[in-house]
Amino acid sequence: MTSFPAEIPPLEPRPSLATLFLAFSGVAIVGFGGVLPFARRMLVEQRKWMTAEEFNEAFSLAQFLPGGNILNLAVLVGRQFRGALGALTAVAGLLAAPVMIMILLGIAYARYGQIGAVHDALVGVAAGAAGLIVAMAAKMAEPLIRKRAVIPAVMAVLAFTSVAVAELPLIIVIAVLAPISIALAWREVP
Amino acid sequence: MKDGESALWIIAINFALLSLIAVGGINPILPELHRQAVDAHGWMSSARFTDLFAIAQGAPGPNILVVTLIGWDVAGVPGALVATAAICGPSCVLAYFVSRIWDRFRLARWRNAIQAGLVPVTVGLVAAGAYILARTADTSFLAFAITVITAAALFFTRIHPLLFLAAGAAFGLAGML
Repeated sequence: MTSFPAEIPPLEPRPSLATLFLAFSGVAIVGFGGVLPFARRMLVEQRKWMTAEEFNEAFSLAQFLPGGNILNLAVLVGRQFRGALGALTAVAGLLAAPVMIMILLGIAYARYGQIGAVHDALVGVAAGAAGLIVAMAAKMAEPLIRKRAVIPAVMAVLAFTSVAVAELPLIIVIAVLAPISIALAWREVP
Repeated sequence: MKDGESALWIIAINFALLSLIAVGGINPILPELHRQAVDAHGWMSSARFTDLFAIAQGAPGPNILVVTLIGWDVAGVPGALVATAAICGPSCVLAYFVSRIWDRFRLARWRNAIQAGLVPVTVGLVAAGAYILARTADTSFLAFAITVITAAALFFTRIHPLLFLAAGAAFGLAGML
């Protein structure tokens, strides 16, 4: 792990509140089956607000905190650029359109009371959305692979195997692996 | 209106508590949501809960917003807004303050060790999530092909991923999956 501070200095130019709102609205409204792959694409590849490493670090924090990880990520990114107001704006951007859509869908459901076509379409969306997460996982693994560090690679494989193959509960895997991984990282960091 | 008001309070308090224990997003708290909506408060049948969850999954936006739909179903637009604020508010405020502390100690060794230790576990967990999603979704060869093609497109090209989700939805609607 490199020692440069991840959160500062922000990459210039610092986005305005309006830009933050629009950026997160933009990923929320296309985020079928999960906003995260769209958010990474926006943050790292399109707007270049963070590097691949910075995304991994910010998302790690977001994932280990309670609550929707994409919401936590919006808080971290918004705060980094524009403080408390930025965090609020990014979260508002993430929520505004989906909440309205959800209410409209609720109205439609109350009226028609069935979801037959929704279910059929969802089967296909889920297959695509799984592909997006697969690609995002590969992209997140790239910086680890590039560094050729053995211990982090072993920890990543252990985390994957415990959840995907051994099917252990997420909370147990986190409670066991995170402290071990942190203890092992202790010797590597300045 | 007395009932509506008490439902809003129940939503506000219970969802705010769920917000702070939802490590890993919506999935770990789904059973508890189901228990509250169906068994504890009798707001809806189990089938209706499943329907609402399916609708929310099909809608764009953070997955945790299934609670918005539950709130709407129980208490209309105020219910939707209260549920959304309750599930997002506490965890977002916590994230804000943790992130401030994180910045303040960015040169501290313990902070960098935690950060460096968490990243590989996160990468493994995201990969596991991807594997589980794919295994659940890919019930036919065509569905598997959609997953592989979508993954390759996002990894190697700059084509907008929404295109592949729309294609998947079209195959699903056509009854081919």
